[in-house]
Amino acid sequence: MKCEDLLRALNDYVDGEIDPAVCEGFGQHLEGCNPCEVVVDNIRGAIRLYQGDCEYPMPPEFHDRMRNILRQKFEEKFRSPPE
Amino acid sequence: MENPAKTLTDSLDAASDLELFRKARGGRWEAFDALVTRLEPKVFRVAWRITGSRHDAEDVTQQTFLSALEHLEDFREASSVQTWVLRIATNAALQLLRKRRGLPTIALDKPADSDSYASVPHPAFVARWKENPEDLAHRNEVKELLAAALSELDEKYRAIFVLRDIEGLSTQETAEALGISVANAKVRLLRARLQLRERLTAEFGDQAQQIFLPFDGPERNL
Repeated sequence: MKCEDLLRALNDYVDGEIDPAVCEGFGQHLEGCNPCEVVVDNIRGAIRLYQGDCEYPMPPEFHDRMRNILRQKFEEKFRSPPE
Repeated sequence: MENPAKTLTDSLDAASDLELFRKARGGRWEAFDALVTRLEPKVFRVAWRITGSRHDAEDVTQQTFLSALEHLEDFREASSVQTWVLRIATNAALQLLRKRRGLPTIALDKPADSDSYASVPHPAFVARWKENPEDLAHRNEVKELLAAALSELDEKYRAIFVLRDIEGLSTQETAEALGISVANAKVRLLRARLQLRERLTAEFGDQAQQIFLPFDGPERNL
């Protein structure tokens, strides 16, 4: 497989979604190509790192403030007579 | 005797996003509230990761749900409710970033010249990482590095990586959220993944075991 073909298949291979015929070619390439196998491993490691970094808590005071605004707008929308 | 409030809550908890949406569109505040409660954690995380700022994430999240409320009648149910809301959120986050930089706002779905495999840079520094991701994840300095590396991505690559790889949308859903084709989504995702790989490997890779790549074309580094 040429490099551009590999790049095209790389996403699907990382995601485990690759067409079996292409997968066999890619897999054979990986067996003989250590750099590509390491690149795939690096990408999977990067994704796992980001997936594990999930602490983005929404402040309770923002939640309450937004709720009040949304409720007010909701009531305005459904109380207003249709145009 | 059943508690009516509990019955309503149970009913809303069991309803799908689309069922809640349709009730909200019919004027039911509890349904809209339940839908917002269900979607706001993901919207907030996406907004924070794309903008890099908790304060901006609050603005984007509020703007997203206000916009969704305003446009309830415009949703044609061609995608999932979640995808529709995330499209609003992603657009809002990216427009905010461009506005802050004094740039004209552009459509998310404007094709980029770089949306082709031919222009994807090849990996440059290749090495196994010295530690596995699970061990790295606990370190505070790693969290800062992850945020920095993400902020270095062009916004359209950042958005696609956040939606697809961090939040777990399918490639199809991600493409719908961004208003681009699946083919373009795949190229952008590859660029994002390779750029992040390069950045993180520069930090975590074992330099003593660097692997040098034979190329069948001109070398292009990130």
